[in-house]
Amino acid sequence: FEAQERASEAENVPPVIPTPHHYLLSVYRHKIFFVAVIQSEVPPLFVIEFLHRVVDTFQDYFGVCSEVMIKDNVVVVYEVLEEMLDNGFPLATESNILKELIKPPTILRTVVNTITGSTNVGDQLPTGQLSVVPWRRTGVKYTNNEAYFDVIEEIDAIIDKSGSTITAEIQGVIDACVKLTGMPDLTLSFMNPRLLDDVSFHPCVRFKRWESERILSFIPPDGNFRLLSYHVSAQNLVAIPVYVKHNISFRDGSSLGRFEITVGPKQTMGKTIEGVTVSSQMPKGVLNMSLTPSQGTHIFDPVTKLLSWDVGKINPQKLPSLKGTMSLQAGASKPDENPTINLQFKIQQLAISGLKVNRLDMYGEKYKPFKGIKYMTKAGKFQVRT
Amino acid sequence: RHDDLKEMLDSNKDSLKLEAMKRIVAMIARGKNASDLFPAVVKNVACKNIEVKKLVYVYLVRYAEEQQDLALLSISTFQRGLKDPNQLIRASALRVLSSIRVPIIVPIMMLAIKEAASDMSPYVRKTAAHAIPKLYSLDSDQKDQLIEVIEKLLADKTTLVAGSVVMAFEEVCPERIDLIHKNYRKLCNLLIDVEEWGQVVIINMLTRYARTQFLSPNQNESLLEESAEKAFYGSDEEDAKDAKAEAASLAKRKPYVMDPDHRLLLRNTKPLLQSRNAAVVMAVAQLYFHLAPKAEVGVIAKALVRLLRSHSEVQYVVLQNVATMSIKRRGMFEPYLKSFYIRSTDPTQIKILKLEVLTNLANETNISTILREFQTYIRSMDKDFVAATIQAIGRCATNIGKVRDTCLNGLVQLLSNRDELVVAESVVVIKKLLQMQPAQHSEIIKHMAKLTDNIQVPMARASILWLIGEYCEHVPKIAPDVLRKMAKSFTNEEDIVKLQVINLAAKLYLTNSKQSKLLTQYVLNLAKYDQNYDIRDRARFIRQLIVPTEKSGALNKYAKKLFLAQKPAPILESSFKDRDHFQLGSLSHLLNAKAVGYQELPGWPDEAPDPSVRNVEVPEWTKCTSREKRKEKVEKPFYSDSEGESGPTESADSEPESVSEESESSSSEGTSSSGSEEEEEGSGDQSEDKEEEEKRKKKKEKEAPRKASLESAGRKGRGETSSEEASASESSSSDSESGSEVQESPAEVEAKQRKAPASTKPSPRANAVGPKEISLLDLDDFTPPPPQPVPTSSIVSTSLVTDLEGLTLTDTSLAPAVSDPISPCIPPGISHILPADHLNPCCPQQQAPHQCMPQGTPWVLQLSWRRLSPRLGWVLPTGKAPAGCWGRGASPVLSESLAPGDTASVVMGIDFCDSTQAANFQLCTHTRHFYVSIQPPVGELMAPVFMSENEFKKEQGKLTGMSEITEKLTLPEKCRSDHAIVQQVTSAANVGRVPCGADNEYR
Repeated sequence: FEAQERASEAENVPPVIPTPHHYLLSVYRHKIFFVAVIQSEVPPLFVIEFLHRVVDTFQDYFGVCSEVMIKDNVVVVYEVLEEMLDNGFPLATESNILKELIKPPTILRTVVNTITGSTNVGDQLPTGQLSVVPWRRTGVKYTNNEAYFDVIEEIDAIIDKSGSTITAEIQGVIDACVKLTGMPDLTLSFMNPRLLDDVSFHPCVRFKRWESERILSFIPPDGNFRLLSYHVSAQNLVAIPVYVKHNISFRDGSSLGRFEITVGPKQTMGKTIEGVTVSSQMPKGVLNMSLTPSQGTHIFDPVTKLLSWDVGKINPQKLPSLKGTMSLQAGASKPDENPTINLQFKIQQLAISGLKVNRLDMYGEKYKPFKGIKYMTKAGKFQVRT
Repeated sequence: RHDDLKEMLDSNKDSLKLEAMKRIVAMIARGKNASDLFPAVVKNVACKNIEVKKLVYVYLVRYAEEQQDLALLSISTFQRGLKDPNQLIRASALRVLSSIRVPIIVPIMMLAIKEAASDMSPYVRKTAAHAIPKLYSLDSDQKDQLIEVIEKLLADKTTLVAGSVVMAFEEVCPERIDLIHKNYRKLCNLLIDVEEWGQVVIINMLTRYARTQFLSPNQNESLLEESAEKAFYGSDEEDAKDAKAEAASLAKRKPYVMDPDHRLLLRNTKPLLQSRNAAVVMAVAQLYFHLAPKAEVGVIAKALVRLLRSHSEVQYVVLQNVATMSIKRRGMFEPYLKSFYIRSTDPTQIKILKLEVLTNLANETNISTILREFQTYIRSMDKDFVAATIQAIGRCATNIGKVRDTCLNGLVQLLSNRDELVVAESVVVIKKLLQMQPAQHSEIIKHMAKLTDNIQVPMARASILWLIGEYCEHVPKIAPDVLRKMAKSFTNEEDIVKLQVINLAAKLYLTNSKQSKLLTQYVLNLAKYDQNYDIRDRARFIRQLIVPTEKSGALNKYAKKLFLAQKPAPILESSFKDRDHFQLGSLSHLLNAKAVGYQELPGWPDEAPDPSVRNVEVPEWTKCTSREKRKEKVEKPFYSDSEGESGPTESADSEPESVSEESESSSSEGTSSSGSEEEEEGSGDQSEDKEEEEKRKKKKEKEAPRKASLESAGRKGRGETSSEEASASESSSSDSESGSEVQESPAEVEAKQRKAPASTKPSPRANAVGPKEISLLDLDDFTPPPPQPVPTSSIVSTSLVTDLEGLTLTDTSLAPAVSDPISPCIPPGISHILPADHLNPCCPQQQAPHQCMPQGTPWVLQLSWRRLSPRLGWVLPTGKAPAGCWGRGASPVLSESLAPGDTASVVMGIDFCDSTQAANFQLCTHTRHFYVSIQPPVGELMAPVFMSENEFKKEQGKLTGMSEITEKLTLPEKCRSDHAIVQQVTSAANVGRVPCGADNEYR
């Protein structure tokens, strides 16, 4: 089977479509459907995961993964797919290796290539493929050796009408950007590894050491990668950093409804909440809204009925609010459901679970790397039911 | 047309060629035909420039099949490429060569694959593995040769190759499971280092492999739930079934100890649950689901829940699987209930799947929270989802009786919802619910009758009409009224509603003909001229049936019965219920239909295949070596046994059959061994069918402990004994059941001789102190397995053996406490009364003399014969038991001629000395020899022992050396009710062995 790209189908397509002789497995990302055609039994996740990997690779190669981009680079796409698949079986999916096999197109390289006629296909088998660390390429050289780790935590929560939490959990990832010369062997330890309930690792992490010592020990791939993703155990109570006060009401008979939202901080440990956006899918009956925000900007799309309000920073002294009226379709009865409010926010320099990296050590290389760590808390799927 | 391109391709400059190739590839990508450029392109296959080469390859693979002759031109280039010093070039040459689908070059491909399979570079070998399925799909005649290559590659030790070759194996010869044997352990050990795609394939393959090669770890536990005795049955049967099981019983499988290789697989796959690749996680999850003992399956839940955070497609697949799992193993996902709560942003299909999972997870304790969630969902904007929610509520209500009324009320409230779909859906669900308990709810029916005016959805209207018709007695006033209204609008209704109107009319006519006769006539007349033939037919049929005419007298009478028969309530169940016969995580499972090439997941084998096939002569990998050796060491003596046995057995085999035939005549009347064996237990005269016997046994089982508890209440001194005896008898009865089952399975096996290891009384109390106690208790870990008369053929009814095992067990386990109370009635250390004798009150008591070993804590093996034909019998303990064990026959030779039906017994003691080695001895009759080997499996046979709490504590106090694990015990269900007080069950099991039984209390 070959992975093919096909654009534009309706949303809500089931990922697996059976046809008399083939099965179509599709993945919808970046507004493009990536479809795999298979003929026989295969674990569907296998295919889906592979398609996602293809998308990730394209993104890695081209920066964005859009239809235009794929059309422009169709040759590279072919070459990459050729390397990633052999007769339907995934071959090389690590982008580190792929990049060695086929150099990603950059403006500079295209210029150079046209002049010198050199290729952007590597002619040596990447040694990584054969070594024990297939994810890292060899001969990496940097003048500035640096390793950055971002601890990003996302809060998934459902908050009910009265403001009490129905579910809340923290999912976190540690994304790393490692630019180190040679074959460094890193260990990363946490102050409180107990917090991590369920983890999944990049293949580079040595599982045994984690099991015994709760230390992440690994030879990193070169460049950006996701070192680990984790789940903070549900027993720990999640401190919800924001609250939303809302008052949305429709009145029977009248064509007006009241709408009022206030967002405020709660348990933020002294950090400011930034990048707050509130979005809400209004019921079909809502024709328009006339609202005045105390800060930020808001947009209501009368076609999709999507209200979004870009709040920005929350100033605890002056809580942002959005007030106004909704005009409803005349004659229609009042919608029986209230919209849910989706919330996005960011808190810099705070891992809401309290996870802290203790130290990072490097072995195997002589130089001293520059190390950095950043914490961030974000809203994941944060919903307020009204 | 493409002259410019051709020119460019012909030029000397690489850059021009490259440009041309790029344009050609772009053409292919746009779907334009570029095949007329073939000759020009093929020329460039030998181009030095690698990028040009690659693009030519792309082109070749695309068009070679169309232009086979021209494609042959390129072959020589590839052949040269195969010898290139650069492994990358070798590999890519092989790749393209194998991708060119030209039948003529099959031999060349075959040769190339063979060569590449022994290439230095693992990368090339990997490519060779990839080439195998390609060649196979081109020409399936090459299968045999390809299998050879696969075999060779399977032996490869590099992680790079492993995944690919297993993939090839799956494509070409998934049925050749025998190829895996030798590589099984290697694959398990390499698994974690294999690249992720390979992991998925290997795990899936190993799942199938394990299903064919290992015994089900759950058979005992699942059976245990049904009844305690069944548990023994599972293992006994296997053990008895074939001689090899004896070897397998080394792996101590009773009540099942996992084959170490099975364990290895589970252990090595577990870390992969933390893989970042969802496919790997899913593969491991299905492996655990299909292979792991129940207690361990739970670990996958967490990982699966984690996958729910992933892309929606992944979510979709995972949820499908979770839905299936949650039906079977509800407990597994319960802690993660909240993770399945639905967000308004989820796509509809995911919402519905989550709903499915939530419904499956609903139980008495969490139902209220789930229902509260459902209430919010009902207000959602997504109408499909709302409908699904209402159905989910219906299912919750059916499954959990407690909340039925609440649900019903909630649904009735929904009837006043403005949205028609919601109302319709709830009407349908209410209908189903009402059907379960119609009597109380005439109010609701009335309410719904009123709704007929408003609801337009045909399905809902039809449901209401059906309800009214069905329960028209409850609403005598409304029903005719509704009919009248419906009759008025009959012509405008949908077909489904019309049918129900006719139905309603017919029913009303039968119950209340006075009021509705005319209406019915009217409706039927209308229906007669309907456009739909179904309706016309129905009308005609009903008219004939209910309206009395002179012809249709006979049916008429029954009309009422026909129409007003009780209808069984529909069972609302999950659509995922039947899915579990597909392997989880597979495409077929997702579609709930068999996909092409789906490999059925084989059922568990009934008997363990020889584990030695996985042994590798030369232990090649470091990790395994020691284990391997150890294993071999252990296995060796055993094998030699079975081999040694097999000789005589086979010769003996023929005879038992003839004998058993003789016996069959009599046994057909029911004097089967199990019957006779009961005699020995004291319940003498049983000659019923085995099934009946089983039933009786069960009953007895109930009685026995009750009696025992009475006894214990009555007589203080004897209390312990009796209670223990009670349990003993229980276990024994259970055993005997299993035994009888065993006999059933080997069809002709009607045993005449029986052998019973009887319990021995532990040495006098003096011995039972300190370390001795421990050893005693350790001993209960060792139960004699059903001595395996190697030809399972007839002779020894294992049942009794196991019977008495039970006794042995309990006796020893209670050793310190027991010895005293009993000793008064029997000369200590010499002969004992079979404890079971005291038990069955309804039966004549019988005493079987025992002789006990002087040595303290031996097993006494009582062998009793029951013969139908006179024969000489004697026991000759050969005493060739291995290290630390010696069999000592109290009466080395017992020769006796036995009359038919007579019972003789010999007692012999074997001291296993806390080891698990097998003891072997011979049973000889004048015609044959039977080799018996008794091997004490660790932690076998949990024999529940009943005693009062106090006694238990007393016991506990004595056994201070022991480490104790006290768990909440689940008693074999039957005894539970009877013995709330005597709830302590001690069972014999190795303390360390936790997984095999959370079911009993271990000491």
